[in-house]
Amino acid sequence: MIHLESNFVQFKEELLPKEGNKALLTFPFLHIYWTECCDTEVYKATVKDDLTKWQNVLKAHSSVDWLIVIVENDAKKKNKTNILPRTSIVDKIRNDFCNKQSDRCVVLSDPLKDSSRTQESWNAFLTKLRTLLLMSFTKNLGKFEDDMRTLREKRTEPGWSFCEYFMVQEELAFVFEMLQQFEDALVQYDELDALFSQYVVNFGAGDGANWLTFFCQPVKSWNGLILRKPIDMEKRESIQRREATLLDLRSYLFSRQCTLLLFLQRPWEVAQRALELLHNCVQELKLLEVSVPPGALDCWVFLSCLEVLQRIEGCCDRAQIDSNIAHTVGLWSYATEKLKSLGYLCGLVSEKGPNSEDLNRTVDLLAGLGAERPETANTAQSPYKKLKEALSSVEAFEKHYLDLSHATIEMYTSIGRIRSAKFVGKDLAEFYMRKKAPQKAEIYLQGALKNYLAEGWALPITHTRKQLAECQKHLGQIENYLQTSSLLASDHHLTEEERKHFCQEILDFASQPSDNPGHKIVLPMQSFAQLRDLHFDPSNAVVHVGGVLCIEITMYSQMPVPVHVEQIVVNVHFSIEKNSYRKTAEWLTKHKTSNGIVNFPPETAPFPVSQNSLPALELYEMFERSPSDNSLNTTGIICRNVHMLLRRQESSSSLEMPSGVALEEGAHVLRCSPVTLEPGANQITFRTQAKEPGTYTLRQLCASVGSVWFVLPHIYPIVQYDVYSQEPQLHVEPLADSLLAGIPQKVKFTVTTGHYTIKNGDSLQLSNAEAMLILCQAESRAMVYSNTREQSSDAALRIQSSDKVTSISLPVAPAYHVIEFELEVLSLPSAPALGGESDMLGMAESHRKHKDKQKTGHCMVTTDHKVSIDCPWSIYSTVIALTFSVPFRTTHALLSSGTRKYVQVCVQNLSELDFQLSDSYLVDTSDSTGLQLVPLNTQSQQPIYSKQSVFFVWELKWTEEPPPSLHCRFSVGFSPASEEQLSISLKPYTYEFKVENFFTLYNVKAEIFPPSGMEYCRTGSLCSLEVLITRLSDLLEVDKDEALTESDEHFSTKLMYEVVDNSSNWAVCGKSCGVISMPVAARATHRVHMEVMPLFAGYLPLPDVRLFKYLPHHSAHSSQLDADSWIENDSLSVDKHGDDQPDSSSLKSRGSVHSACSSEHKGLPMPRLQALPAGQVFNSSSGTQVLVIPSQDDHVLEVSVT
Amino acid sequence: MGGAPSAGPPKTAICIPVITKENYPLYIRSTPMENELRFQYMVHTSLDMVDEKISSMGKALVNQRELYLGLLYPTEDYKVLPHNYTTISKVKFVMVVNPSNTALRDNEIHRMFWKLHNSYIDVMCNPFCNPRTISSPGTDNMVMSMMIQVC
Repeated sequence: MIHLESNFVQFKEELLPKEGNKALLTFPFLHIYWTECCDTEVYKATVKDDLTKWQNVLKAHSSVDWLIVIVENDAKKKNKTNILPRTSIVDKIRNDFCNKQSDRCVVLSDPLKDSSRTQESWNAFLTKLRTLLLMSFTKNLGKFEDDMRTLREKRTEPGWSFCEYFMVQEELAFVFEMLQQFEDALVQYDELDALFSQYVVNFGAGDGANWLTFFCQPVKSWNGLILRKPIDMEKRESIQRREATLLDLRSYLFSRQCTLLLFLQRPWEVAQRALELLHNCVQELKLLEVSVPPGALDCWVFLSCLEVLQRIEGCCDRAQIDSNIAHTVGLWSYATEKLKSLGYLCGLVSEKGPNSEDLNRTVDLLAGLGAERPETANTAQSPYKKLKEALSSVEAFEKHYLDLSHATIEMYTSIGRIRSAKFVGKDLAEFYMRKKAPQKAEIYLQGALKNYLAEGWALPITHTRKQLAECQKHLGQIENYLQTSSLLASDHHLTEEERKHFCQEILDFASQPSDNPGHKIVLPMQSFAQLRDLHFDPSNAVVHVGGVLCIEITMYSQMPVPVHVEQIVVNVHFSIEKNSYRKTAEWLTKHKTSNGIVNFPPETAPFPVSQNSLPALELYEMFERSPSDNSLNTTGIICRNVHMLLRRQESSSSLEMPSGVALEEGAHVLRCSPVTLEPGANQITFRTQAKEPGTYTLRQLCASVGSVWFVLPHIYPIVQYDVYSQEPQLHVEPLADSLLAGIPQKVKFTVTTGHYTIKNGDSLQLSNAEAMLILCQAESRAMVYSNTREQSSDAALRIQSSDKVTSISLPVAPAYHVIEFELEVLSLPSAPALGGESDMLGMAESHRKHKDKQKTGHCMVTTDHKVSIDCPWSIYSTVIALTFSVPFRTTHALLSSGTRKYVQVCVQNLSELDFQLSDSYLVDTSDSTGLQLVPLNTQSQQPIYSKQSVFFVWELKWTEEPPPSLHCRFSVGFSPASEEQLSISLKPYTYEFKVENFFTLYNVKAEIFPPSGMEYCRTGSLCSLEVLITRLSDLLEVDKDEALTESDEHFSTKLMYEVVDNSSNWAVCGKSCGVISMPVAARATHRVHMEVMPLFAGYLPLPDVRLFKYLPHHSAHSSQLDADSWIENDSLSVDKHGDDQPDSSSLKSRGSVHSACSSEHKGLPMPRLQALPAGQVFNSSSGTQVLVIPSQDDHVLEVSVT
Repeated sequence: MGGAPSAGPPKTAICIPVITKENYPLYIRSTPMENELRFQYMVHTSLDMVDEKISSMGKALVNQRELYLGLLYPTEDYKVLPHNYTTISKVKFVMVVNPSNTALRDNEIHRMFWKLHNSYIDVMCNPFCNPRTISSPGTDNMVMSMMIQVC
């Protein structure tokens, strides 16, 4: 929608635009010639000429926009009725002037009448008028713009004037404004703005334009923006006259932009652009090096800011303004800043008020403002009035400045620009400090500092803290001041001098004699010094009662100078833990830091715990075990720094507040004094003597400098040391894995003194065990160690033995030491016990043990010896059991050769040691006369290696009838093979056994003969087996049993023979066994024939022939038995249980031969079989072989692999 | 006043801080060292505007990957151009430039921020770096050259 206003002006030739016209607003867009002429004569006479003249003038000015209007009146027409229509005036004019543009002639009929015709003609006229006017407007505007562009293109030519061009483009802007095309109008101004800015920048870069020098004239007037008038004609004219300064031009431009923006309902853009403009102007003046009186720009900016703000307030309602603070607050802040600098400049902030120089400056500044403009003269709060008032007096300035500052802070705060608010607040604090009102400044400084601390901006922190220190000093807040000073003294962003100054402030205060002697100023330690690490000596941080504990700490002093500290105190919290296990040495080795050094995390110095950077979680696994059986009860994860994580956020920001530090007064303190803390790392050592047992936790660290106490409220991570009390203990343990009986063995005695002090004369009383000797050696020594295993002394051990008690006098040792010594003990072989068992030695309990173990393998027989020891610290005896193992296992065997008898003893070494055996003896303990044991052993000395055996053989000879049983004792001396010489003589190893029925009664001889007529036995052919059983002696004692029958003084006994071939070489044909009645007389012989068939060829061993004693049943039924039925008697196996030598062949034969065992005879009285003892039967054909050759037609070679 | 170049080529960026999500200065370098305090105050205050802008843009910013926030906090003496990196780390890059150097185009600033950003990524890719501070000679050199060299 275009709104075009037009003025109708009487035609004058002078009004026609000349060549190079720049005015558009006054431009004649359309020329209209009005005529009422209806008479041809009149037309010809005057009107035509007049029209021609008019047209010529227009042509001369190259104006083609014209219109001829002929007004017709019916009344006149009537008079000229005779006139032909084709010769009407209209036609004539059209003919004469509008030869091609017939539309440029319009007839207006009876304009004053109210008829449809009139109406029609009016409409046609107005349409034509509008069309032509717009056509002309468009054409001329386009031409204007073209001209303007051409002009702009000439800007590099010398003599080009910005002001001139400005006027041209502004003309265009005016036209757009007139057309209500504000956007387009604004574009024109923005283009001008940008063009000018570009020139300024180019000028700054050295590419200057001549015309710009006009704008570089010194600034003489700084009366600010004027936005209340749509067009500031005064400034416009100065531009036109090329007299405008840069500020004038900028002001004018902005006022026009502002007007247009407000037309466009964009007040917030005004605010934003205003701020940019003000910054820009300041920069441009600087860039163009325009001379500006000091303060002039501040005045201009201040006035401009307020003007813009008031202009915006003038066209918006309160709610709109409140919701758009974000746009305007920048201007408020800028105005505040400028007013502040004006105040400082004019001496309005200084304590004494402005001096004459300041006053002169104020007068000059006010002069530059000029007189107040008429449009604001009646406004009470005009920027002009405000500035003038503010500069008029100290009080007025304060009022205005505070108003502005508070308003700005409030606005910033309300829109959440906290940092900006704090920054303005800091300015305000500076102002208050200048005004000697530190109590008002403090809150702003604290607020700002908190903000900077929260986000960790080091330099602002330091700067603000410095200001705060001054403020606190003025306020007399001693604690706060000292704390801030300590923080500043440790601040590396300050210079060395500044740091020293603040450090000195603390030291000065500390050295002042205090009027209240007990008064302490407690400050946090972090800023003063930092705890870096802590080292315990002993390193496991465990000390016994009465022991000395050293704690060495490294403190890193943050002070720039050495500081003399009267004392450094560690407050210690004492707790008695019920779980005494924690105090024991075992616990210590498992827990605690390996080297006793605790490192403290370095303080994240300027960066406090902000909301977003909480400390990292410290998570640990947790296992809770049942105290009784150590099984796991619960497991989980615990967070060790919950107190840090869950603390209230607000409290974390109160870092500057010393009130949070509380001195703990504990009964337990570690003290170190005096100390001089050099800058940097310092080693401080605390020594303490442990008193009560328990756990001591280091809680606080305090360093006192005069009345100033620097306190580290919590030592974290937790540092503890333990004091323990230990009961005296005695440990006895063998040096080797197991103790061997029979030879000297070393046993280690460990006495842990605990809290007991070993005095002179204290001794261990060992009640002697019967079979264990304690070997006293003159040179045995005892070592005394401290609890930390450092050897402290050694002393000779005095051992006194009586028959009952061995007394070991202990060396003198202080409490919490360890005495170690070694003793040699010898377990004597225990008293030999008789028994049928071949290898029995030791006590009854060991016997059982041995039997159990024998099942699993060759284990040594063990003996336990219990020793009870009386210790000097206790009225109770300590009983210690030592287990000794017998290194040997012995077996014996009876060997026969016909009637000659031999005894073989096998000694097996089960231990890991090698031994030397010597002096083997075998004696008959029953001392039978006529019995002789002839040793067949050649060597008297014989080594026996680990896990190996040695055999000894004796021949048994007798002259009289030998006794049925023989009790023997084997003894052999032994000593460890490695040792050269033992101090004591060792008891020999003995072994007792009994040999029974060793006298040979029967000789069994078997022979196989080939079939008659053959030289050799052949497979498959029957051979004859002849068994010859010969009685070798007359009636003896051993024969007197149930089987013996007497008839006519001839004695006979029943024997059963059995032929068994286990290797299946032979097939026994017919009966393989039988019962014979054997006369009991020497040389009595019984011969048995059997048929056997060899199954294989080769040298085959003969089948076994066995003899059993055939014992009849006690009752008389024996006669009823037939020859075969006994065979199936189960008692065969029953009787064999007493057989020592496992006779596998007989067992097997039972299985194979008597497999068809039936139970039908059960319950019937049966004869019994009893194997003859091995010694009573001698098989003279054992070991013989018979050659069997294969049968002739045997082509097949059978190979059986089993 | 301030860091207006008196001679030689105009310095482009005068102060380049890198600020964490928590508004903690990770790295800060400025050329006239004596003005560092002022720069820090200025940059810190400008974070108000950065926060405001980021929150007003909200999710759209992330989606568009438009990391450059443009001129946010002009003052009489300096322009503070924050560049916001709004991915997971939410690290902000800010550049304080001299306003007289209007030759500095947006795309050049873009390029500088891009370099800075890449350098930051390089530093953070180092598994041994301390995420609380940037101390890398490479970054130092790059930033110093940016502050001194004419773009």
